[in-house]
Amino acid sequence: MKQVKVYGPGCKRCETTEKMIKDVASRLGVDVEVDKVTDMAQIAKAGVMSTPGIAVDGKLVHAGGLPDETKLEAWLK
Amino acid sequence: MTINTEFVAEGPKKNSALVWTVGVILCAIIWWLVYGQLIPFSESIVSLVPIERNSHLGEALVFFFYDTPKVMMLLTLIVFAMGVVRSFFSPEKTRALLSGKREGAGNVMSASLGILTPFCSCSAVPLFIGFVSAGVPLGVTFSFLIAAPMVNEVALILLFGLVGWQVAAVYLVFGLSIAIVAGWVIGRLHLEGWLQDWVRDIHSGASVPAAVVDEQLSLVDRYKLGIEAVREIFGRVWVWIILGIGMGAAIHGYVPEDLMASIMGADAWWSVPAAVVLGIPMYTNAAGVIPIVEALLGKGAALGTVLAFMMSVIALSLPEMIILRQVLTLKLIAVFIGVVGIGILAVGFLFNLIF
Repeated sequence: MKQVKVYGPGCKRCETTEKMIKDVASRLGVDVEVDKVTDMAQIAKAGVMSTPGIAVDGKLVHAGGLPDETKLEAWLK
Repeated sequence: MTINTEFVAEGPKKNSALVWTVGVILCAIIWWLVYGQLIPFSESIVSLVPIERNSHLGEALVFFFYDTPKVMMLLTLIVFAMGVVRSFFSPEKTRALLSGKREGAGNVMSASLGILTPFCSCSAVPLFIGFVSAGVPLGVTFSFLIAAPMVNEVALILLFGLVGWQVAAVYLVFGLSIAIVAGWVIGRLHLEGWLQDWVRDIHSGASVPAAVVDEQLSLVDRYKLGIEAVREIFGRVWVWIILGIGMGAAIHGYVPEDLMASIMGADAWWSVPAAVVLGIPMYTNAAGVIPIVEALLGKGAALGTVLAFMMSVIALSLPEMIILRQVLTLKLIAVFIGVVGIGILAVGFLFNLIF
């Protein structure tokens, strides 16, 4: 079970990112739990400076802009 | 739009950098050819409808059908180019460049990087904290936060396309100056104590933010980021552009020549502060306000007044203040509005005096 966190105040790109993660995960057949973090203090503490940010199992892998599909696959595997 | 659709049509599956580069150049050539045909295009569209070319409506329609495609095309080109350029910059790199910089030189650097670093007002808060917690001085951070939305490529390109390169250059230089000076002043005032408490806790090193892995991008990745930027910006601003140009067209066709000269002319000194105050609650982005700016200038409004209005609309927006309220105390927000507002006033008066 992968713990994925999406950091973002709730802009459109953050929602798209969340959907992308779920889509890729179900395509790969990986079990994920996606958490959306919208609290500014939490976002900042995670070290995310440009949203959306993505953390997989507590490790920040991406910040700023929509993630690349192939990279997303690599992170979730 | 040309670039965008062209890529979809001939986007190579091999992703070879050469094919992409050739594609980009081809698109640029097509872009250039189409751009040259816009005036005949708008005239011929208006000649199709049974309306007198020299009537108010005719004037407004030609303005609308010429400016809309023109703005859209300029926007596509520049946003794509800036998307590629920006892929070389990231908030993380900018922060590393700025941390520990002294005030003064730091303000200049920070305002300039504000133009080049990808920025969206929705991440203004995490970015602010990221900067401050990494030891970027408060004033230097403010220079960045002022320059990033105000001096952006959308504003510059619209000014260039609709009003002329001189005004665009003036806007660039004075927009940067305001960001540098205002940030420097805020730094001199030593207002670190006016941040919200929880921000200061992070600031004092209570938790050190993790650095995001620095990824290596290929040329093709960068082109893709450019296309992504075009898609994203268009999705966000196209309604504003059409509304703005519609408003501009109405002013262009219907408002009498001298009306604006009396209200917004250089003789009416109060028009500059009025323009700044009027601009604060107005929230649109550069794309919406510039067509209006063009029309106002054409009707005799003074350059300084119009610039002040535009800068105020873009740099001092209420929604952004509300976002920043989470990290800044009201006192600090008041100082921010005051300092930037005075800068904008100064630019407005200066231009009305010179031109």
